[in-house]
Amino acid sequence: MKAPWFDYQAPTSLADALAVLGQAEGDGRVLAGGQSLMPMLNMRIADPAVLVDINRIPGLDGIEETDASLSVGALVRHADILNSDAVRARWPLLHEATTYVAHPAIRNRGTVCGSVSHNDPAAEHPSILATYDGTVVIASAEGRREVPAGEFSQGMLTTALEPGEMVVGVRYARPPEGTGSAFVEFARRLGDFAIAGAAALLTVRDGVCERARLTIVGMGEGPLRATAAEDALTGTKLEPGAAPGLFADVAHEVKATLDPAEDVHASSGFRRHLAGVMVQRALTAALMRTRETR
Amino acid sequence: MAREQSITLTVNGREYTRTVTVRTSLADFLRDHLHLTGTHTGCEHGVCGACTVSLNGRSARSCLTLAVQADGGDVVTIEGLRDDEGEWSPVQKAFFENFAVQCGFCTPGFLITAIELLRGNPDPSEEEIREYLSGNICRCSGYQAIIKAVQAAAAAARGQE
Ligand SMILES: Cc1cc2nc3c(=O)[nH]c(=O)nc-3n(C[C@H](O)[C@H](O)[C@H](O)COP(=O)(O)OP(=O)(O)OC[C@H]3O[C@@H](n4cnc5c(N)ncnc54)[C@H](O)[C@@H]3O)c2cc1C
Ligand code: FES
Ligand code: FES
Repeated sequence: MKAPWFDYQAPTSLADALAVLGQAEGDGRVLAGGQSLMPMLNMRIADPAVLVDINRIPGLDGIEETDASLSVGALVRHADILNSDAVRARWPLLHEATTYVAHPAIRNRGTVCGSVSHNDPAAEHPSILATYDGTVVIASAEGRREVPAGEFSQGMLTTALEPGEMVVGVRYARPPEGTGSAFVEFARRLGDFAIAGAAALLTVRDGVCERARLTIVGMGEGPLRATAAEDALTGTKLEPGAAPGLFADVAHEVKATLDPAEDVHASSGFRRHLAGVMVQRALTAALMRTRETR
Repeated sequence: MAREQSITLTVNGREYTRTVTVRTSLADFLRDHLHLTGTHTGCEHGVCGACTVSLNGRSARSCLTLAVQADGGDVVTIEGLRDDEGEWSPVQKAFFENFAVQCGFCTPGFLITAIELLRGNPDPSEEEIREYLSGNICRCSGYQAIIKAVQAAAAAARGQE
């Protein structure tokens, strides 16, 4: 349970960090919060040649809001998200989901961008970014590029990051007016990774669903947008009495598409069942909150 | 590239300069280099909370932090909780008085975490206490006594003993 040998660099500028990552030729790893990477090193699941500690780089810890979006830098910790009044007031899905991430000491160090880069299918942040139609901002010594959240995830613990690249921030797109949101999750204990979870954004105008976003956590190889369900919900009447039946149908359809893996925490069937329950709860709560926002 | 590095940091108010291998965890540094063995390692992958220390004013897993990352930093461990007269801190006293300690293996991590909770929230509800301490595992005392101890410490600090 001790980390293997590696070289350690703690650059104090982004340019230096990108230079070191570039020279490492794919055998370098960014060390952000260390809350996933250090366990992997201690358990010898990861064995990089160079660790590039980005914690001493200024300017990566910003949470910035514009009319269109919310930008979160590479050193914004889970705790910073929970402490942000702007996030709590105007990005409630991100706030609510972060209350499910780990425990205080881990939230003090672990970062949003680290979670997105790590891309654990049971982690909250990759799914929240996908639900908000988010973007990953990537830099390398060669320049910058942006990748939509949906294309960034390439399977379990795998992303679109190329050797020499790092994530400098993520950007969430602001949903339209009249949007209600909800995140729900099932785990055995507070702060554990999700066995199943769901994130929903519903935009309702004059009793009609104008836009729906629905993502399932803990089922697939990464964030799983239920696009068929989103399409099915769009244009439907979301009246108080009608919704439970509709949401049950949607949950049933979503369940039919899932084939989650079995592990020590849950059988495949139990996971699929939970996914249906989570979908129904998330949609119900999101619909209620569209009324609160009006 | 060097695999050893000289670091200078403050631990419990005292400054130390030592040379460490870069892969040494802060937990192993505290225990093996400074012989501050009150910080315990249970799992070494972040789940048990026994190794929790305060780093630059925020609780952190010392098993998931490299010693070199604490270079220039300020660390408080269980050994640093006594006051200048050598008296236990109020939260330590409350743990003792409420039987929140049995074997004591988990206690250093619980204390660091509980002190951080009470600093930010002097009057936490039982649910808030449970949530805040959810990342610390105790295998023997049972959590009820620990929660009672935190409630007692909070009440004492508010002058309602
Ligand atoms: C006990 C425990 C419980 C936890 N529970 C949860 C939970 O319930 N939900 C949850 O989502 N997470 C949980 N986590 C994980 C935690 O949220 C981590 O903080 C997060 O997964 C990774 O963020 P980090 O900043 O610590 O990344 P690190 O550990 O530093 O890095 C993780 C990986 O991402 C890469 N990386 C990090 N930042 C970047 C970047 N900017 N650019 C490119 N690559 C990068 C690293 O190279 C590494 O491969 C838990 C962790 C522990 C120890
Ligand atoms: S030893 Fe660090 S959390 Fe268990
Ligand atoms: S008192 Fe023994 S583990 Fe908590």
